[in-house]
Amino acid sequence: MNTNVATMKGKAADVEKDASMRKQKEMMAAHYDRLTAVPQTGEKVCSTFVPGNLNELIGCFDLVNNLPEVNAIQNGLRRTSGQYVLEAEKLGHSEDVCTYVKSDIGMIAKGNIAPNGKPFPNPDVLLLSYTGCFTFMKWFELLREQYQCETIMLHTPYMGDGKVTPNMIQYMVKQLREEVIPKLERVSGVKFDIDRLRERLARSAQAEENLVHVLQSARRRPSPIDAYFGGIYYIGPIFGAFRGTEDAIQYYRFLREEIDARVAAGAGPITPEGDMGPEKYRLVVEGPPNYTNFRQFWKMFYDEGAVVVASSYTKVGGVYDLGFRHDPQRPLETLAEYCLGVYTNRSLPMRIEMLSNYVEEYGADGLLINSIKSCNSFSAGQLLMMREVEKRTGKPAAFVESDLVDPRYFSAANIKNRLESYFQMVEQRRASARSAA
Amino acid sequence: MTMPDTATIVARASALFEDLHFSSAREWKSAAPGRKVIGYMPIYVPREIIHAAGMLPLGIVGGGDQLEVIHGDAYYQSYICRIPRSTIELGVSGRLDFVDGMLFPSICDVIRNLSGMWKLMFPHVYSRYFDVPQNYRDDIGGNYYAQELAELRDALAELRGAPVTDEALRASIVAYNDNRRLVRELYDYRIAQPWQVPAAEVYLLMRAGLVLPVEQHSELLRDYLAAARAVERPRRDNCRVVVAGVFCEQPPLNLIKSLELAGCYVVDDDLLLVTRWLTAEVPTDGDPLQNLALAFLHHSESTAAKYEPNAREKGQHLVRAVRRSKAEGVIFASPSFCDPALLDRPMLQHALSEAGIPYVSFKYAENSGQMQPIREQAGTFADSIKLWSGQ
Ligand code: SF4
Ligand code: SF4
Repeated sequence: MNTNVATMKGKAADVEKDASMRKQKEMMAAHYDRLTAVPQTGEKVCSTFVPGNLNELIGCFDLVNNLPEVNAIQNGLRRTSGQYVLEAEKLGHSEDVCTYVKSDIGMIAKGNIAPNGKPFPNPDVLLLSYTGCFTFMKWFELLREQYQCETIMLHTPYMGDGKVTPNMIQYMVKQLREEVIPKLERVSGVKFDIDRLRERLARSAQAEENLVHVLQSARRRPSPIDAYFGGIYYIGPIFGAFRGTEDAIQYYRFLREEIDARVAAGAGPITPEGDMGPEKYRLVVEGPPNYTNFRQFWKMFYDEGAVVVASSYTKVGGVYDLGFRHDPQRPLETLAEYCLGVYTNRSLPMRIEMLSNYVEEYGADGLLINSIKSCNSFSAGQLLMMREVEKRTGKPAAFVESDLVDPRYFSAANIKNRLESYFQMVEQRRASARSAA
Repeated sequence: MTMPDTATIVARASALFEDLHFSSAREWKSAAPGRKVIGYMPIYVPREIIHAAGMLPLGIVGGGDQLEVIHGDAYYQSYICRIPRSTIELGVSGRLDFVDGMLFPSICDVIRNLSGMWKLMFPHVYSRYFDVPQNYRDDIGGNYYAQELAELRDALAELRGAPVTDEALRASIVAYNDNRRLVRELYDYRIAQPWQVPAAEVYLLMRAGLVLPVEQHSELLRDYLAAARAVERPRRDNCRVVVAGVFCEQPPLNLIKSLELAGCYVVDDDLLLVTRWLTAEVPTDGDPLQNLALAFLHHSESTAAKYEPNAREKGQHLVRAVRRSKAEGVIFASPSFCDPALLDRPMLQHALSEAGIPYVSFKYAENSGQMQPIREQAGTFADSIKLWSGQ
């Protein structure tokens, strides 16, 4: 799935000089250096997914976390994913399946080069945290075939009925205690220490608190952040390899201070071209973004004065704004609850309720769905979601389509047209509301 | 009483297959007051529990190529498979208005999300996402699953207004053991003499098992087996293939027929796996839910929706199916946009390549009309197999 955009290149870098941005860049660079230095340092590598990412646990075994989804995003942003997807299709992978998987497999086939230009090490263990997306299971079966390494399944039941049952928690805790932890001990050679886990969980909760503060700042007018395009940067450390670390605490402290300062100054969000002009439209966005044309996509919004005030994508690695925090008092249970609660593990009615509430709570003009061609986890059901959210909120919704990292499916003209008509629709609604008043 | 011949039995199965109003299930329901019907989608649900609750399990596998999808397309983008939209069509067009509950098994994200859509669109129907374990230890996945089964049993008990007893569950296990034995007998008979049981007939018989009460279906299978053995049919110079990937969205009947016309005897397949999901008899003594849970863990089919914990085992079920059925090759037929079938396929293909088993792959949709390309591909594949085997 998702997340973590490490570097804003070019113009963005000229504009964004905030401490948080610098900090994130340093963190990511250091992380990739640590990963690619594994042949020299002898550290061991654990690959895993963003949703259901058990970073605190992985850290307890001194394993270095590698996230194939994040690598796919990096390849999308660097525009290398297109050739990787084609390479995977040449190797026999269907044109119909998730392009993250194909970007990853194509990258491996082409030398497996990390963003720092050095080769990625092979993982020592694949932690198949199976949460919210069917593709994960096949993805790691495919990687297991490639790397022939230990693979650990942690099965998270789906919240089909909109609730977490004691049976689900027991099942997950037992898997953690009797399968995941002993296998991680074996691979790493490090004995599990529950106090170490507690410490990391406590650090996670601190960072989560500040992330939520930042995300919820978008309730203000003008919103000081863009909670989708900008939000993707903000979730980077916590969704990636840094949850539970001091670095993450520091990053979110910086970020919070910066956003508070923007609020105090009455400023809107920062964009790759500097401050956004006056806020004209406030949107809630459902679905992942397109990464191959990320800047171009974002520009279509800020050029029109449209700011995203809340998004579901920034909840795929954890839904913190609804109250969940990692709890050091219940270390294994809290990991189970975390995995159960990620956005894509929620039933469709739960997702619809969440989006409808966002529209209300964040004072949005409506909902925009970016439907991803190759992602059934998000996309199946989105047309009903759109109609339901419209019905419940009385606000208009719009639908655009693209792909995560396959540039063949990004049609700028189509998306721009749709957005323009959508903004016109919002204007019309406003005008008729004014005349009715 | 004269024994029905295969044509008569197949005609009955065919009528059930074509009936998109599910008249036979409607009749079953109205034959006695208080009867309830529980729909389920691929890939597997424990039908024993529904049966033990005195209800009719009704397999819903989309609308096929005969259903005109008018509303369903408004719910799905073009890049999502066909089965959810035609299933929605069945729902919104009132064809499922007699169905009291729907179970959406853990197979993929499309069916998973459909479970939530159903809750919203048909709020008066009992809808449940039916999860299964991906951990195969008795004390972990087994306990979890037994509890899930208990929750399902209790929900159905609530729906009927009376408990579902262990006795009833044991009796249902007996009925389904019998049914699975007959299904396996039919599959084995086809392996032995595929010219005697054309793939399309086997398919229609399995489809009948989705709509008929299990006892009636078992009778149908018994009659068919007896009738098929009684008459010798002409033997063709066909090669023998296993068809894989057809476990959810259904291939059109014409596609199945086309394979045989193109020179391939289908000697095994993964169509309608629910009819033979459990591969061994489920014990009828002891705790019935525990027995169903352990059967799932240790004696159930391998398929893309299940995690394979053992790397060396990946794809071997297909290699074994080829060996067991003395097949000469595999035809991968996958629904377009089907994650499980298409993501799994490269790994299965690698296992086949290592075992020296040839294969061919194509995609279909439940409403594919043009069979010519598929027939040509299958024909070329059959010819090449014959060439390799020096016939
Ligand atoms: S299918 Fe969607 S959720 Fe799953 S890995 Fe791909 S992009 Fe992520
Ligand atoms: S055809 Fe494949 S993708 Fe579609 S619902 Fe069935 S299993 Fe899921």
